[in-house]
Amino acid sequence: MKRFYISPPVAALILAVVLFLLSGLLPNGFGKDIHVAFAQATNIVRLSVFLGVIAAGQTLVILSGYEGIDLSAGSIVTLTAILTYVTVNGRDDKVLSAFLISLIVGAIIGLLNGLGITFLKISPFVMTLGMSGVVTGLIIIINHGNVSGKVAPIMTRLIARPLTPKIPIPNAIIIWVIFGILMWLLLERTAFGKHIFAIGVNRITSRLSGVNVTAVNLAVYSLAGALAGFGGFLVVGNTGVVFIALGQPFLFPSIAAVAVGGTLLSGGKGSYWGTMAGAIVLTLITSLLTTMQIPDSIRRMVLGATLLVMISIYGRQRGFRQ
Amino acid sequence: MRKTSWETLTTKYPALFSTTLLIVALLINLYLQPNMFARETLNSNMRVFLPLVLLAVGQAFVILGGGIDISVGGIVSIVNTILAVYVGLNGSIEKMWIYMIVSLFVGALCGAINGFFIAILRLQPIITTYATSFLYVGLALFILPNPGGGIPQSIAEFYRTTTPLGIPLAFYIIAILLVIWRYIRSTQFGSYLYAVGGKAEAAYETAVPVTWIHFSTYVISGLMSAMAGIAITMLSGSGNAEIGSPMTLSAITAVVIGGTALSGGVGGVTGPIMGALTLGIIQNIISFSHINTWWETFVKATIIVIALAAPGLINLFGRRKS
Repeated sequence: MKRFYISPPVAALILAVVLFLLSGLLPNGFGKDIHVAFAQATNIVRLSVFLGVIAAGQTLVILSGYEGIDLSAGSIVTLTAILTYVTVNGRDDKVLSAFLISLIVGAIIGLLNGLGITFLKISPFVMTLGMSGVVTGLIIIINHGNVSGKVAPIMTRLIARPLTPKIPIPNAIIIWVIFGILMWLLLERTAFGKHIFAIGVNRITSRLSGVNVTAVNLAVYSLAGALAGFGGFLVVGNTGVVFIALGQPFLFPSIAAVAVGGTLLSGGKGSYWGTMAGAIVLTLITSLLTTMQIPDSIRRMVLGATLLVMISIYGRQRGFRQ
Repeated sequence: MRKTSWETLTTKYPALFSTTLLIVALLINLYLQPNMFARETLNSNMRVFLPLVLLAVGQAFVILGGGIDISVGGIVSIVNTILAVYVGLNGSIEKMWIYMIVSLFVGALCGAINGFFIAILRLQPIITTYATSFLYVGLALFILPNPGGGIPQSIAEFYRTTTPLGIPLAFYIIAILLVIWRYIRSTQFGSYLYAVGGKAEAAYETAVPVTWIHFSTYVISGLMSAMAGIAITMLSGSGNAEIGSPMTLSAITAVVIGGTALSGGVGGVTGPIMGALTLGIIQNIISFSHINTWWETFVKATIIVIALAAPGLINLFGRRKS
């Protein structure tokens, strides 16, 4: 008998659409007004962009397997956001250098994670957790209570506003779509991408078939750091302010987005499309609960329960009997 | 002649590294705080360390069994809010006993919920306990939305100042834990625990009740979290729904510093207890060495990362020489 099967990214997307349509029925929902509905949908996708980009690095690390996870992503986001804020200081000509600094700083932190994990055999969970503490410490030292800086007008123009006034789609979404295509190309159309999947399934067989496991692993963690750095750059471009706890709220949702998108947390199987869908679902649920003006306690419980239901549907591991 | 490398030594005596670390930390602390072993100082230190010790023991069971529990902080918060709200500042001793028993039941129940999803439905531990941690913190916030309430002063004083035979109360509790652990280690459950953590599939093939072992580790973790919750409530004397959240990652760090591998099946409970004490002492050292406040987080995190990296570094250089 053939089992009825929907791939996780599609399932997550269907869930997002259904939830969004149901949200229209709420007292302060969009009702029957198609324009309001469209504006709300765009806004939710725009908010998902930041989580989606930060979760991209997480996707790579989780795909590479062997308990791969990046708990330093949240603090890298804060660090690069602050660095961008300080470097740019309201000047358009500094944006490019701030962008490069974000990527490089993120990549260096990621590389350190990778070195600790591959050479010192520290488990990824603990290594990145420790690194997160170190980076948070650095942020406190740099920040010293408050930083002076300013976001450049061109950043807000490029990230938060639409491309042309006629099409009300913010640039962040367009950036995300291009980013998604690049991630797909990286994972599915390059040798490096194939190697990530290969080492996620079995490192010994990968090594025997000529994959340089150490190099791929180092590259994955560096890339994940750089992507978190890019996330920080985008976040500050959108919000325009920085504070110490800016990035941390993105950390666990980024792992949850990967899981909801159907990527196996044990590695070797998954896609970035899934993560994108997962990011949208999570952002949608969070913002729905916020607009419904439910107390924080119930909001958290609903979020936890929804996550449990979603991972129960397709996050199950193989039973022992099979 | 048989070669005795650091690696074989640490495999043979998993607690070797954590013992060394604890002794080094103790000596530094003793240098900075010469009256450390005076009864009062020792007691005031130990009563602060105890909640984390209890939490690390519970976490150690889960990690030994090959899982991870990041909902423990949430359970601590629930217990704290239950005691603070239902016993109250003017409650009687009897009321305290009743709600302590209720707390233990609640802890075990929370653990059973984790166990149900992870062991029986076969969901991935990290993401599942992440989801349930939202449920638990949400519930704690529901019971006590704003910090407040508390337990009677006399009960808090009892916890803070009891030193039977001149030895702090915490030492008796740790001794009881160690005796129980020695017993558990010698039972069938003990050997099953290591078998399941080492390789669950192989354990299943040899008729080990894998599901129930996994399930029970989460119940144990829930129970220990409830005890940690009781201890921290007696320490602080007041209620706060956010009290437990920062403790989760400390508990996991304590387990790993204690030489228990996150991959499961290696280590024990003695190491994590020492790991928890070491973390507490590191905090002590930092507050006594008068570091600039801005640098505190950075220094603490760096020390922890170095502690985590040390065994790997020793292995790396040991291999170079031979």
